[in-house]
Formats: sequence, structure tokens, C-alpha cells
Amino acid sequence: MTQEIQFRIKRQDSPDASSYWEEFRMPYAPAHNVVSALMYLREHPVNAQGQKVQPVAWECNCMEEVCGACTMIVNGVPKQACAALIDDLEQPIVLEPLSKFPVMRDLQIDRQKMFDALLKVKAWIEIGGGHDIHRHAPLISPDEQDVRYHFSRCMTCGCCMEACPQFHQESKFIGPAPLAQVRLHNSHPTGVYNKTERLHAIMEEGGLTDCGNAQNCVKVCPKDIPLTTAIGELGRQTTAQWFRDLFSK
Amino acid sequence: MADKPNVIVVGGGLGGLWATLRVVEGGFPVDLFSLFPVKRSHSCCAQGGINAVLDVKGEGDTIWEHVIDTIKGGDYLADQPPIKTMCEEAPGVIRTYDRMGVTFSRTPEGIMDQRLFGGVKKRRTAFAGATTGQQLLYTIDEQVRRLESDKELNKYEGWEFLSVVLDDAGQCRGIAAMNLDTMEVKTFRADAVILATGGLGLIWGRSTMSTNSTGAAASRVFQQGCRFANGEFAQFHPTAMLGHDKLRLMSEACRGEGGRIWVPKDVGDKRQPSAIPETERFYFLEEWYPTYGNTVPRDVASRAICRAVRHMGMGVGGQNMVYLDLSHQPRKFLEQRLGGILEMYQTFSGEDPYTGPMKVYPAMHYSMGGLYVGYEKDAKSGGMKLGSAKNHATSIPGLWACGECDSAYHGANRLGANSLLSASFSGRVAGEAVVTYLKGLPKARPAIPAAPFDQEKARQEALNQAILKSDGKENPFALHRELGEIMQEKVFVERNNKELDEALEGIRKLRDRFNQITLDDSGTKVNQSLSWARQIHDMIVLAEVITKGARLRDECRGSHYKAEFEIKCPEGKFAGSPEYEAYRERWKASNEKWLKTTVASHSADGPTIEYAPIDISIFPPEAPRDYR
Ligand SMILES: Cc1cc2nc3c(=O)[nH]c(=O)nc-3n(C[C@H](O)[C@H](O)[C@H](O)COP(=O)(O)OP(=O)(O)OC[C@H]3O[C@@H](n4cnc5c(N)ncnc54)[C@H](O)[C@@H]3O)c2cc1C
Repeated sequence: MTQEIQFRIKRQDSPDASSYWEEFRMPYAPAHNVVSALMYLREHPVNAQGQKVQPVAWECNCMEEVCGACTMIVNGVPKQACAALIDDLEQPIVLEPLSKFPVMRDLQIDRQKMFDALLKVKAWIEIGGGHDIHRHAPLISPDEQDVRYHFSRCMTCGCCMEACPQFHQESKFIGPAPLAQVRLHNSHPTGVYNKTERLHAIMEEGGLTDCGNAQNCVKVCPKDIPLTTAIGELGRQTTAQWFRDLFSK
Repeated sequence: MADKPNVIVVGGGLGGLWATLRVVEGGFPVDLFSLFPVKRSHSCCAQGGINAVLDVKGEGDTIWEHVIDTIKGGDYLADQPPIKTMCEEAPGVIRTYDRMGVTFSRTPEGIMDQRLFGGVKKRRTAFAGATTGQQLLYTIDEQVRRLESDKELNKYEGWEFLSVVLDDAGQCRGIAAMNLDTMEVKTFRADAVILATGGLGLIWGRSTMSTNSTGAAASRVFQQGCRFANGEFAQFHPTAMLGHDKLRLMSEACRGEGGRIWVPKDVGDKRQPSAIPETERFYFLEEWYPTYGNTVPRDVASRAICRAVRHMGMGVGGQNMVYLDLSHQPRKFLEQRLGGILEMYQTFSGEDPYTGPMKVYPAMHYSMGGLYVGYEKDAKSGGMKLGSAKNHATSIPGLWACGECDSAYHGANRLGANSLLSASFSGRVAGEAVVTYLKGLPKARPAIPAAPFDQEKARQEALNQAILKSDGKENPFALHRELGEIMQEKVFVERNNKELDEALEGIRKLRDRFNQITLDDSGTKVNQSLSWARQIHDMIVLAEVITKGARLRDECRGSHYKAEFEIKCPEGKFAGSPEYEAYRERWKASNEKWLKTTVASHSADGPTIEYAPIDISIFPPEAPRDYR
């Protein structure tokens, strides 16, 4: 067992500043994860050279891998820092912000683009309002619910977006996560009523056809969401939609 | 549009999002503020489920039983009319969630499944795998995004609420908030403000809660004159795993699905738990509470664990922990019912909960107390009058509160799976209350003067500067850790007046030391130390409210327990026996004195505490809670 935990952290003071690397060391204790270690470092902001520095900025909320906030690149892999156990990581542990989104400071990034995409693809079920109409949704089989539950666990964390070669700050591609939400909502018994609108939204520029089929997304998804399966299904759905559009002109 | 009244909602967990939805649907625009994208709110942590009487199991479950379970679960400390209405409306809330597309777990027939939770005898809890809160939050987030597409809603995500702006008459006219990227302070106008800023677990340092659960926002309005109720009632979840950053909850569903709590009978037993035979295990909950066994309510379970560990010295390996065992259940069943939770245990501990027991201990989990909110009683039904502008109104005119930051529904203890319900329902009710209020405003509204806004902005900027310029020796993160240690040591599951006095003194010292703070961060962008330092200050203020309330309340009720004042139930005696009846009389006499809401107000030398009567018109207390 090492007596120390060593970090190499990619830092950036503000959105338009240039980035630099800084090294940190802290005492070893069992059961640390990257978030708990960063908490230690913000209380003791001293770099490996013993100089007092500004504490590292990063984002976290739930600390149990359900909110998606603390996503960063840990030893080259995009993941939730809270669920990255120190004992499982090779040292020095290298931390970088996700590269596909604007950096606000250090490891803190702005993922607004992903939320905008959810708006664009109408990732919701149309209902007449939040009042009770004394009726449930139509029945859903346990098997179908099981499939839907896989997709509905998407935390909008950005791992898949980071891994996707087609998605970057200059590209128009909306990326895998919002596409999977189209798959989710199109399969709901009333969500299906707005299937056409959602499909049209992903048949535009930056939509489904921009997927290069690299299949990286599915490998890094922390929730094992079958992203490539969703993209495959949407391929068939959009083809069918294309024919429908052709014949209804 | 300028003349149309507008609303500010602060907080985008279940409470804030429901409020937003109902206000916008009621025809008024909303500015929604949150520390981060609302989809990341703490509500996503809830695992187990949400209560509503749907009786899908044919057990003859009734709304009346849900009402009684909630009242009794809260040890009679909550006003009863709102409870009645919440339980009546619960099935409608669930149906609405269902229509919104929540991935509720299903029975083979395709209807919503329900499971058993603590403190009740009927299967009343709807759930979505093991991530119910996440699924509810995402779905209501989607509905709010639907409104965003219609432009009736502006989101301010990445803004921290600092204070309300009050006019000379004390009416809330808007808020001051800080942009967490640029650290800029701005004021915003509104005709009504709804606070839905969640719980306050971080006052205990580490808890089962998320980093947004500091209680700072509630503390800020408290310091501006808003009354705060029942602070001393904090629920400690019996089963959390230990961690440096947080105490991760192992849901009550684990016990609902057959999980058993035990410790080795021999404290020195060094064997692997799976190698310890049944006869050498002490299943103390099953032994002490034969009727409910492992599914006793949380406060009972937490105290029993503390009794086994602290008093009897039977913690696993002599440490603060006990076993929570599911390894006797079939793997497939566990995967289906508890997959997400067990996965989490494995991820964060590196141990396999399918083949051996988990190690757990109680942790701060939920605050029953919060901003004191009112309601209008419906004379006919005896419940709360839905749609009244008085519902969920705080003591500051123009300010409403909902979700975990309010004090309604749960009294002295919250039943499992009742707070996803109360957060959703109270959000809806607060939203509807505000709509009624706005509709009642005169058409021509007098212009609001600029002075209070300018003053509030200047005050907040001065507070920031004071912290940034201060060059003492106190580190804000270390102060927080120390605050947590005090609360964890002295304001925990079992309390006594000596330790509470010590805690009060410790908290006051921290308050003084805060003036010697220094920030290691001089950054002008994303200065998280500045935001954190401000939150620490406000947590210390609430810690004093909580501790003083606990110090003054000389009784045992729900989650608040002082052994010295316990009225013990005579063992083996039941209603009708002279011993039991004498016990009942002592209990009633104590209620005369203590069955009251604790109401705190702010003053420069700390909180002042008064007591307010409780409406017990629906189910007056006739017998103490009995989970034997
Ligand atoms: C681990 C865990 C499991 C749970 N499981 C269950 C369960 O199974 N069933 C159940 O019924 N209950 C459960 N609960 C309780 C339940 O999850 C919470 O009580 C409920 O979700 C609180 O919702 P809320 O809307 O009040 O607050 P939150 O979801 O905490 O949202 C608070 C919001 O306020 C915002 N905010 C806070 N401060 C500020 C500020 N200063 N400025 C701007 N915005 C601010 C945040 O950004 C956030 O959007 C659980 C709790 C925990 C900790």
C-alpha cells in the first residue's frame, strides 16, 4: 500500500485562460474516492512542491453516481469522480475536465448544450397538465418497463458525448445521450403520439445521420445504457418516417 | 408581459419543479433558480419509493390508514389537516406521475407494483427500480422543460439564492442571487417567491444527503425574520454505509425486501459473517419487536442499533457498525428489486452484498423541521383547503416554502417513502397557492421602489467583500468539519442536556471563529470557497436553532430522544391493564406540556423559541405509538 495519494490535475483559472498541470499529494486512507480526495485537497490547497495554491474547482452533488455532476476524465476515462475508488486507480491519478464542453474553471465545465438538445428533441411526454385526471397511463408490460428503465437512468453526465468522435464543440451533432431519450419517449404508450416530431428533430442536420458508428459511447456509459441499440432502432424508425413523409406529401 | 405578475421559484428538486409546473400552468411566468442544472438536484438520491394508497395488492389498504400511519409515525407532532389532504391526494399525484411517463416498476399485469416500507403493515409504496427519486425528478424535469419550450419559464441554473428583498412593510418583493460562474450579485423582482431549497443534512458534516442540502437558503430567510419550526427533529436513517465524503444510504427497501439486521452474539467473533451460524447471530430487531421485526420505523431502528452498539458494546468488530443482511435472498430477486442500491454498495465499498452482509450505521438523513408554513383548514372536510393562498405561506408575506425546507406533514418523524410524496404534493400546493394569491392582486399594482433592491444588493456585496478580505486563520472547510463533529457527537440519535449545553457552547464558538475566516481562493470566477464560506455561516446559525430546540424539549418524541425523560411502556402489558393505563396517563400528561410545535425566531444573540399549538382534530392522541 502506498502512503500517499498522488494527483496530476489539469487546471484552468477562467474560461479564456490557458490550461496548466499541477501535482498534489495527500496522505493515504482506505476507501477514498476522487471526490473525497478533492474535498481533502480543497481544505489543504498545497501543491506537491509545497506551495499554497488556489483550491481546485470541480462540481459534485449526490456523491453516489446518480446526479452526474462530478463527471471528469480520470486516468484517461470519462466517469463520475465519486465512484472512482482510489484503490482501483493507478497513480499518479490524472484528472482532466471533459474536453468536449467549455471549461469554466479547472474541472468545472458547462454542459448546457446537452440540456438544449433535450429541448430540441422534445424529450418529454405531452400531457394536458399536472392535475389529476383520475386515470393512470395505459398499461406497460414489465418487459417493456425494464427496457425503458435502462434509458430513463441517463444522468446527462456527458461520458458518452466525451467518447463520441463526432461530437465536439464545433460540430452540430447532438450526440448519443439525447438520441437515446428519443428512443425512450417514442416507446411510451402515449409518448408515441409525438413520435413524428421527435423523429423529425433528429432527421435534421446534426441528427442521427451524423453518428459515425464508432460505438465508443456505449463502452463508457456508467449506467450501461444500450446507446448503440437505441441508435440502431432510431435508424429504422427514421427510415420508416422518411417513407411516410414521402407518401404524405 | 411587464404588467403580468411573475414568480420566482428557488430550488429545482421535486418541490420546486412541481411548484414551477403549477404556477406556469396557472398562467404566470416563472424564473427558476438553482445552484446547478435542476436535473442534478438531491431528489435524485431517493431510492426506495413513494407512498400512495392504490391497494394493488388487494390488502384492503385505505387512505384512512395512510393518514393514521403518518400521524402516528410523526408521533402526533404534525398539524393533521394537511396530512389528511396529502394522503387523499396521493393517489392522484402518482397517477399524474404515471401519465408523465415515470418508469414505475410493474406487476405481471402491467399495473404499478407496490412494496412494503417501514412503519406500516400494507404494501403502499410505488417504486421505479431502486432509483425512484431519480425517475420522478427526471420526469418532472421533462415536464418543466416542456414549459421552457413555450417560453413561460426562465431558468437561472448556476445561481445561488442569497436573500429575499423586503420592502419597508416587510413584504417580499424579490430576491438577491449570485452567479456562481462570475460571482456577480444581482437582484430580481417578483410578486411572489417560493423557496424549495431542500434539506439541511450537511449541518451534521456528513449525512446521507447531497452537497446542496446545507439548509443555507432557509437559514438566510430565517435571519431575515422568517420563522423556523421543529428544528430539533432530524431523522437518522438506521442504515448508512460509512464514507469520507458522505454516509451513503442503504434504503429501507432493503429491510422491506427481507433484509435482516444482526450482530455476532460474541463480540470478539473474528469469523467471516457468512461463517457465523444462525444460532450465534443476534437478530436484535426481530427479538425486541416481534410484530414488525426488521421493518420497525426508522427512529426505533436507529435507537435499537445505538443501544446494541453503544450500550451493549456489540458493534461488529467493536466498531460503530452492524450487519444488514440480504444474502439469504435469491440473487435474481435482489437484482430485480434492489439492483441499483446493491450495485452502489458494491461500487463504493468494494464488497459483494449478494454473498455477504453489508456494514451499516445510523446517519442524519432528513429534516422534519423547516420553515414554518401555514394552511387554511377546510371546515367541511376537516382537511386543508386546496387552492388557498395561505397554504405553505411562510411568516414573511409574499414568501412560500415547500419540499424538505418546510416543516409540514412529518411532525417528529417521517415515515419512509412519505417525503417524495410531501415534496411533490407540497410543491403542487405551494404553486397553486401562489396562483390564487396572484389572481387576487389588484389589476393596477403600485410600482415597487428601487431602494430596497439597491440596498439588498449593496448588503450582499459587502458580505462577499468582508469574506474575501478577511485574513484570519480559520479555514471554512475545517469549520464545517468541526461543526459536523459537534452535531454528530452531541446532537444525534440519543441526546442529553449536558451534551446539548456543550454543543450550544461549541456552536457559539464556531460562530465567533467564523469572523476570523480566511479564503485560500482569490479567484474572480467560480470561487467555490466564497460560496461555501457563506453557506457555513448560515449552517452554524441553523445548528444553533436545532440544538437549542433540542435542549429545551425535555421529552422523547419521534426522532428526538432523551433517555432521562423517557416514559417507559410496561413490558408485556397492554391496554386495559392497570400498569398500561397508568403509563397512558403519564404519557397524556406529558403531551399536555410538549405536544406543541417549536417555533424559532432570529435575534442578534441567537434564536428565541416559542411554542405553537397543533391541530389534532382528526386523530387525537389516545395511546402512545406501539411497534411491539
Ligand atoms: C439517500 C436518500 C434517499 C431517500 N429516499 C427516499 C425515498 O425512498 N422515499 C422518500 O419519500 N424520500 C426519500 N428521501 C427524501 C427525499 O429524497 C427528499 O426529502 C426530497 O427529495 C427533497 O426534495 P426537495 O425538492 O425538497 O429538495 P432537493 O431535491 O434537495 O432540491 C433542492 C433544490 O434547491 C436548490 N438550492 C438549494 N439551495 C439553493 C440556493 N441557495 N440557491 C439556489 N438554489 C438552491 C438546489 O439547487 C436544488 O435544485 C431520501 C433522501 C436521501 C438523502
